[in-house]
Amino acid sequence: MDTKKKFNLSLGQLTIPIIAILILVVFNLIRDPSFFSIGITQNNDGNSVLSGNLITVINGASELAILAMGMTLVTAACGGQDISVGAAAAIAGSAFVKILKSGDSISVGTVILAFLFACVVAMIFGAFNGTLVAVFKIQPMIATLILYTCGRSIAYWINGGATPTVQSSIITAIGGFIPGIPVPTPVIIVVVVAIIFKLVFHFTSLEILTQSVGINGSAARLNGINSTFIKLLSFIILGVCVSVAGCIGVSRLGLINHETLLIDIEMDTILAVAIGGNNLGGGKFKISGSIIGAYVIQMLTITLYAMKVSSTDVKAYKAIVIILLVVIGSPVVKAKFEKLMTKLRSGKAKETVKGAE
Amino acid sequence: MKEDVLLTMRHIEKRFPGVLALNDVDFTLRKGEIHALMGENGAGKSTLIKILTGVYQMDRGEVTIEGTPISIHSPQDAQNNGISTVYQEITLCPNLTVAENMFIGREDSAWIRHKDYEKRADEILEKLGIPTRGVTQLGRCSLAIQQMVAIARAVDMKCKVLILDEPTSSLDDKEVNMLFKLMRDLKAQGVGIIFVTHFLEQVYEVSDRITVLRNGELVGEYPVEQLPQVELVAKMIGKSLDELSNLGEKNEKAAEKNDVFYEAESLSSSQALPFNFKIHKGEVNGFTGLLGSGRSESVRAIFGADKINGGTVKIKGENVKITRPIDAMKHGIGYLAEDRKRDGIIAELSVRENIILALQVMNGFFKPISRSESEAFADEYIKVLNIKTASRETPVGSLSGGNQQKVILARWLLTHPDYLILDEPTRGIDVGTKLEIQKLVLKLAEDGVSVTFISSEVEEMLRTCSRLIVMRDRHVVGELKGDDLNQAQVMKTIAGGEA
Repeated sequence: MDTKKKFNLSLGQLTIPIIAILILVVFNLIRDPSFFSIGITQNNDGNSVLSGNLITVINGASELAILAMGMTLVTAACGGQDISVGAAAAIAGSAFVKILKSGDSISVGTVILAFLFACVVAMIFGAFNGTLVAVFKIQPMIATLILYTCGRSIAYWINGGATPTVQSSIITAIGGFIPGIPVPTPVIIVVVVAIIFKLVFHFTSLEILTQSVGINGSAARLNGINSTFIKLLSFIILGVCVSVAGCIGVSRLGLINHETLLIDIEMDTILAVAIGGNNLGGGKFKISGSIIGAYVIQMLTITLYAMKVSSTDVKAYKAIVIILLVVIGSPVVKAKFEKLMTKLRSGKAKETVKGAE
Repeated sequence: MKEDVLLTMRHIEKRFPGVLALNDVDFTLRKGEIHALMGENGAGKSTLIKILTGVYQMDRGEVTIEGTPISIHSPQDAQNNGISTVYQEITLCPNLTVAENMFIGREDSAWIRHKDYEKRADEILEKLGIPTRGVTQLGRCSLAIQQMVAIARAVDMKCKVLILDEPTSSLDDKEVNMLFKLMRDLKAQGVGIIFVTHFLEQVYEVSDRITVLRNGELVGEYPVEQLPQVELVAKMIGKSLDELSNLGEKNEKAAEKNDVFYEAESLSSSQALPFNFKIHKGEVNGFTGLLGSGRSESVRAIFGADKINGGTVKIKGENVKITRPIDAMKHGIGYLAEDRKRDGIIAELSVRENIILALQVMNGFFKPISRSESEAFADEYIKVLNIKTASRETPVGSLSGGNQQKVILARWLLTHPDYLILDEPTRGIDVGTKLEIQKLVLKLAEDGVSVTFISSEVEEMLRTCSRLIVMRDRHVVGELKGDDLNQAQVMKTIAGGEA
């Protein structure tokens, strides 16, 4: 009885995204049980690696998941979203390639240096967005529209208009597989980033401060919280996520194309945050929700492709499913559902009482 | 007698997760009657009102208007049935004009005719003697005026039942009298008024009948002349007043001998004119004055809540700079803000998170309070302050007003302040909690904490403070202590003129 009660009451933030994933899984199982078969194949470099649709989904959602984690924080603190993450990732990717191409050969050291440089660049642009939002109180979507518009031009300038390719086994390993490890490297990076977030929340008070600023800025200020700093910090953290995503994107292809790298990802990122049950108006948040949200989106896309839906139609079908998800997750439907549950429960309680008599 | 009945509520039951908020409650309102609904926090007053206004749906029970059963599923239903409400917290749109606020949602044509509305609004406002105009943006009006606009809106909607939920908590005496006059006018027109308030005197001034609730149950309905104030309080809290009024001795003599803890000289902020102020260790003093006299602005300056323009501040005799709240907190100052909803609670966070917030901020970014530690803190203060909450993880926004206030008090007590500023800590909360807070203030002072106390109720300040700083028109106009601490003297000083 007790466990049942708990289950009924816990219509929490993660319910909808988890149900969405489960429905997609069941749907695919019925449609084509082989969808989930995971095999081990030899890739071009002769490594034994995992392959299959599921791996493609999890691997393909890596950049989205990483960006969604950062976006969750910005959303929570500022009550708005950063629409420049795709453009900023192109800048970070270009910066990454710039350093990689600066030497004759690419060593592990060069890659680390290049990554750190890309991080710094992305953090600076994050701080730029953050300053507009936190100091000048511009609406996040308007503030980041600037970088959204000009970001890919800046990326273009960094490498002098070329789309240089990078040839290095290290880069291939980052974008693909590390020899001897069958799991795609981007997936490992997602796990690492998630763990870092977890550690940051554990060892700092970022979570409660961010939520306070997002829910009630005025009260937060009177409790001594520097909300400008918290908002700025959220954008800088998102900057780090942007550079990680950008570097993964570059490594997958082995080249930087400032026009197409992570194109249109900003909207999917915001969507992932929303599907994860986070309030886009700021406040309480769950990073895990956004991560699941990212996988829901990717799973949906791959499912549609697997059903031979043409790539032009995919977006329309995606939209239909997403409308459903967002409506089901809306407070109105949730309240109705909870009421229904209460009714069912009290009905059952009455029956048992009658039975006892 | 029977025809006079306007509204009946019978056997009302309402259940929230884990709480039975209303249990078989009856309520009757007659035509041309001002009916006070009384009870402590959590007694079920607000729930009953919200059922009547369609915010909540009752689980069981029956509501009739003029003998006809009605069902209310939304605020719109309530309005259509002639039930209008003015809530405790103002629920208008501050970014619209007064006129727009009065007519929003009830336009009679598809077009919004601003000129018409402004003209009609001006007429109504003038009739009611509310000193504002239709074109004024509501947010620019004082809280009191906003409240009166809300009432004007309800009045203009030709309601049969007017519900006033704590309408006077942000009004000064003059405005209260204005409102009472209006209430009596409406009563003469046959409107039934449900009046929810914590000010006992006001109940006796205007009400005809009193219904008392306690813990979600009906205690009884009484004609006002048959229920002396003492008995009313006893019925509300289930204890006798003698027991409650025994607050303990003020320690005025002792405090004067202690060292000065805080001293400000010509301190001024963007909101407060320069003023001098000091407080001794273990002293309880207070700022008094009418609404808008600058009392809140002055304490905000002490806490660094507004932009500081000048002045010198000494803590324990040493010069310090306090320009932001965090500076004040680091020097051991806590501040419970006047507007609980806007400046106090973080509504969606849990009771636990709200309690640890200030301490967490003081500890710093890299020293988070662990989960187990925060749970222990929360449990301790929930017990000490007797906070009524389903659990420590309940969002604080779902608690009743008085319990929210206790949570914020707990937040500051947890920082173990040397100096606590309480701005209207007892506003909109029930008698029992009020006394608890007053007792707590005196207890803190005994333990050596300095407290500055602000309250609209002079009587309450006289009971707790050993020194009163009186403000008028943003200036300090007097300081009262010892034998001068009596109602008459305070009134005289506030009013000004010849002593």
